Amino acid sequence: MDDLQVMEEQGSSLWRDAWIKLSKNYLALFGLGVIVLLCIVSLLTPWIAPYGYEEQDLMLGATAPSLQHWLGTDIFGRDMLTRIMYGGRVSLMVGFIATAVALVIGVLWGAIAGFVGGRVDAVMMRIVDIMYALPFMIFIVLLMVVFGRNILLLFLAIGAVEWLTMARIVRSQVMSLRKQEFVEAAYSLGLSQWTIIRRHIIPNTLGPVIVYTTLTIPSVMLLEAFLSFLGLGIQPPESSWGLLINYGVETMEEYPWLLIFPGVTLSLTLFALNFLGDGLRDALDPRTSKD
Amino acid sequence: MLRFAFNRLLQAIPVLLIVISATFFLVHSAPGGPFSADKAVPPEVIRALEAQYNLDQPLWQQYISYLGDVLQGDLGPSFKYSGRTVNELIAAGLPATAELAMYAMLVALIIGISAGVLAAMRPNTMQDYLPMSAAMLGICMPSFLLGPILVLVFGIHLEWLPVSGWGDIPGDKILPAITLGTGYAAYIARLSRGGMLEVLSQDYIRTARAKGLSEPLIIFKHALRGGLIPVVAFLGPAFAGLLGGSFVVETIFQIPGLGRFYVQAAFNRDYTMILGMTVFFATLIILFNLLSDMLALWLNPKLRQQAGGDS
Repeated sequence: MDDLQVMEEQGSSLWRDAWIKLSKNYLALFGLGVIVLLCIVSLLTPWIAPYGYEEQDLMLGATAPSLQHWLGTDIFGRDMLTRIMYGGRVSLMVGFIATAVALVIGVLWGAIAGFVGGRVDAVMMRIVDIMYALPFMIFIVLLMVVFGRNILLLFLAIGAVEWLTMARIVRSQVMSLRKQEFVEAAYSLGLSQWTIIRRHIIPNTLGPVIVYTTLTIPSVMLLEAFLSFLGLGIQPPESSWGLLINYGVETMEEYPWLLIFPGVTLSLTLFALNFLGDGLRDALDPRTSKD
Repeated sequence: MLRFAFNRLLQAIPVLLIVISATFFLVHSAPGGPFSADKAVPPEVIRALEAQYNLDQPLWQQYISYLGDVLQGDLGPSFKYSGRTVNELIAAGLPATAELAMYAMLVALIIGISAGVLAAMRPNTMQDYLPMSAAMLGICMPSFLLGPILVLVFGIHLEWLPVSGWGDIPGDKILPAITLGTGYAAYIARLSRGGMLEVLSQDYIRTARAKGLSEPLIIFKHALRGGLIPVVAFLGPAFAGLLGGSFVVETIFQIPGLGRFYVQAAFNRDYTMILGMTVFFATLIILFNLLSDMLALWLNPKLRQQAGGDS
């Protein structure tokens, strides 16, 4: 959200309009609030978590929610709220970093293809088309098997999958920008292509990119949870919401809250991100609005 | 039309070749051979095993002979289950997965299209908001969460439906189909709402209204055909997603299908199995993408002309 604020101070009317539109969309504001709250909690987790991450109480075992343990405890007597908070750190981190990987690859790829055009563009977009046809879910499973379950690889693998749509969006945006007068003016001033891409093209594609980024984060988080659920993603002692749901399923007959609480947290987060994304789309990118 | 199909099939060949090659070299670059993880095995046994699976040959030779085998439809032996081939395992898992995917698709289409059409008939009213909020819920409720919750409610507490199995007890196919289909129902609802809204604002619909046709007749006879094109185009990717989704659903409900085999193969590091199944999945997905593109083309005369002109 820093971007929005900075742009606003520069007096760019597009961003002010967008902010006004967004602030009238209560669902999107609710989403924004939830995300900001989650980020703050995740950052502060080591200091505000009610119990230690590894703190067990084997005598206690699994207990239902109570005053001491707001969301109950798991079979090792570990506090569920604490575990969800630490798991959220990993889930959010995967969401943000993998999305950042996708963002960088997609924006550069799309900007270069759209800007250079011609045969380069044809080849680059053909590659994107081919990759669209590939069964990625299967490839990620394969990658995790071949190279071991390593969190860094998880970021790269998910990011490498999610950049395709971003590249397409940026390319079409750049194609239309390329022919505009201020770009021609920059050329006639003798600026290099790279400078023009960096200074003029990329800032002008920010709107759709921000929208699509917001919508990529939930799908990345879902992918991570999916892999962790299958046991192919995050590995213990690290934890994530997908992994917590996986454990919850094993004991759901006796202790349903071990499934319900991480599940609700994940769903609520995905909800919030999707609402925020839809709201941003209506505010920033009227052409592709929902209906 | 035929020319388009032929062109697309031609384009599919390099894509498939890339998939096979990438998977092959990825799997063969894996650290540690498939037999090195086992307990201390005498070196001559390892050599014999490697000879049996052609692992003693140089990599490019293995690659060429694998390509040849795949062309003939032979995906090779399984590393883990000695004496069984990948083909046999796929044949064993395919019926359950195909049946599950079909039921799930049915659930998705019926719920998704009716919700989307209902919403598009009265946009921005309760009739719109209610189904669309439900769709959002469906999108944000992944199958690995929805499945266990359905089991908990309908299987364990209410005891209406079996909690797992496939074809053993009547009704044990209902929960898996709903679990797998719900997410796609949500996407289809959003797509068909968008498509219908666009079509319903067209002139020919206004003409039909002006002629005094009844609303159901307008919807079913005139609007659906055009309004569902986005849904048809989504069917290809949806099918790919159903295969991936079946990993989770088959694991939760213990269904002996391809998805469960794939995940098991991943855990067992059964490299030939993974290689073979990836090739199989990729072929299926490319074929289904082609089919859904052609269906969309057949439904939309404008696109048909364009495709004809291009090729």
